[in-house]
Amino acid sequence: MRIKAQVAMVMHLDKCIGCHTCSVTCKNTWTNRPGTEYMWFNNVETRPGPGYPKRWEDSDHYKGGWVLKNGKLQLKAGGPISKLMNIFYNPDMATMDDYYEPWTYDYQNLINSPKGENLPVARPQSQITGEFIDKPEWGPNWDDDLAGGTEIVSTDPTVEKLQEHISMQYEKTFMMYLPRICEHCLNPSCVASCPSGALYKRDEDGIVLVDQEACRGWRFCMSGCPYHKVYYNWNTHKAEKCNFCYPRTEAGMPTICSETCVGRIRYIGVVLYDADKVKDAASVEDPQDLYEAQLSVFLDPFDPEVIEEARKAGINDEWIDGAQNSPVYKMAIKWKIALPLHPEYRTLPMVWYVPPLSPIMNHITNEDELDTDGYIPAVDQMRIPVQYLASILAADDTKVIRKVLLKLIAMRVHMRGKTVGGIDEFRQSELLNEADTNPEEVEDMARLLGIAKYNERFVIPTGRREMDGEDELYYEQGACSLEDLAPPEGVVTTAFGKGR
Amino acid sequence: MSEIFWWVIFPYITIVIMIVGLLNRFAFRQLTWAAPSTEFFEKRWLRIGSPLFHFGIIFAFFGHVMGIVIPMDFYQAIGVSDHLYHIGAVYGGSLAGIMVVAGLIILLIRKMTIDPVRIHATFADFYSVIALLIVSAIGTYMTVFQNVTPEEFDYRTSIGPWFRSLFILNPQYHLMENIPFIFKLHTLTAFGLFASIPFTRLVHFYTIPVTYPTRSPQQYRSRSQYKNKVK
Repeated sequence: MRIKAQVAMVMHLDKCIGCHTCSVTCKNTWTNRPGTEYMWFNNVETRPGPGYPKRWEDSDHYKGGWVLKNGKLQLKAGGPISKLMNIFYNPDMATMDDYYEPWTYDYQNLINSPKGENLPVARPQSQITGEFIDKPEWGPNWDDDLAGGTEIVSTDPTVEKLQEHISMQYEKTFMMYLPRICEHCLNPSCVASCPSGALYKRDEDGIVLVDQEACRGWRFCMSGCPYHKVYYNWNTHKAEKCNFCYPRTEAGMPTICSETCVGRIRYIGVVLYDADKVKDAASVEDPQDLYEAQLSVFLDPFDPEVIEEARKAGINDEWIDGAQNSPVYKMAIKWKIALPLHPEYRTLPMVWYVPPLSPIMNHITNEDELDTDGYIPAVDQMRIPVQYLASILAADDTKVIRKVLLKLIAMRVHMRGKTVGGIDEFRQSELLNEADTNPEEVEDMARLLGIAKYNERFVIPTGRREMDGEDELYYEQGACSLEDLAPPEGVVTTAFGKGR
Repeated sequence: MSEIFWWVIFPYITIVIMIVGLLNRFAFRQLTWAAPSTEFFEKRWLRIGSPLFHFGIIFAFFGHVMGIVIPMDFYQAIGVSDHLYHIGAVYGGSLAGIMVVAGLIILLIRKMTIDPVRIHATFADFYSVIALLIVSAIGTYMTVFQNVTPEEFDYRTSIGPWFRSLFILNPQYHLMENIPFIFKLHTLTAFGLFASIPFTRLVHFYTIPVTYPTRSPQQYRSRSQYKNKVK
């Protein structure tokens, strides 16, 4: 047993209102430098839709993640030898067109233009070339809230796959938000794709980081990550990615996206896992078994044997406490209501999603007269097709999604019965049976999902920097780790000097 | 006197600039050490130009090792006749040279015509492509035309021994006195190019990730242990 701790996140999609506050605060914190304009360490996609970058889920095109070949786990884009053969040109890499050309506006024109007949306008101006863009054709969240309609929605690879289940009729359209950050996978394919060994997973908290000094800009991580969450900084020629706001989490604070989340959809906690089991779990034959295999990697933080081993591995009591009170452990492992995004990529992602439920209830009109069993078939007639959710969160296994949704409905019915009444208790218990849960559990769930306070949503033991000993912490306070890397704000390097 | 400058002093100066510059950049400015790809902006032309140039220059590198570094005696010992050697050198060298020159021309045109690439190219970027083009064009011209003229010039008795003598700190500059001008030009421009390596994107030449196939796919690093290791 090789115990490691992992800081992980759960997002409760029911509560996401698609306000993009997470994306904006993340951007202001990490990616507001020249070269990073197009990067969104956190982004919120409207589903169905092509996502960001466009069609990132089309893994036959970008060749991200892992595949099982002759029973052996391999990078889909090919192993080290084929990577070295392609090192002068990465055939799978996404380009700026797949993201978008970042632009600003010529605000000065609003102030400086002379008096005239027409109102002055602020024309869009490329942040790459400085040229005016007459007609921007794609940008961040261009397809927000299904903008672009059927024309854009139909480019979603999942929609293409599930054509018979998805109707484009206006009355039957559906929509959900999918906030995405780096998954900080247990079996990260970006790390395995890096020829320089610059990407690594931190022993202490499992955060996947890029060593900016060791990175040589080969760009295989960009296409190697099936979630497309590693970005190429065209200004520094190095890879950058979500770092789980490690300077914050090390201090016991949640990531900036979680801290500012308006819907309070995000939960952060520690889970303990056995690093020796990771490879086997990622190598199971059937992609639909990957979810269960991933669960088998995690360790019970209450098991005295695990606690003892964890202490031996240098995990301190604060972290063991954190693992015991972890909201992620509860939702993903104990209650099994949170699911990993695209488990079929075999990276064992560590950002988990509670699938959205609310649109089902719109389907039910006479809830007062409905008996409890009436809720059960509703799961299969959801506005968001179960197949769609299964394609995103369960490698097309609708049984997994159905089970989670039933549990969430059971919670809703039970809590409604408790406070409003009107649901007969005998039938209710049958729904609880069907959902394989009990009143105590659903009440715990309701508390965590509905009213949990800051301390319950974010259980983050600190990084204990003071224990490092050799750091000159007083000297470093207030310093910015990016100072060497970033040019002065707003300056874009151009040919033969600085300009624009 | 000028012979001593060109064939003793100049090569040593350029090599020292290269080594000191590389060490300085590695030690103090490693954040700038990368293969500065522009594939993010444009990949259609890069797809042709970049592999053509890079594979060409790898072939050319090994060609130079075979011609300049490995002594003539070695070929005679293993029974490769001069004639056979020259056939190999002319055909192989020409192919590599043409690949390099064609690739560089594509890359240079791309650098000049694709807006985002041109705008973010620095003086050093243009310099390195143009300098490489000059050196390789002279080299290719030599290989294609000079070597097939009736009287073959055998650099294995002049440039080769001189180049090796640089490394044993006993430079035989007189060997370079009577070689054709074009060979002198190629040699000197190449040394000039070496001196510019630490200051341009060419540093990535020293960054071949040879350990990648042998290392474990997953990399774990401990924050504190890694720091201690560095210190």
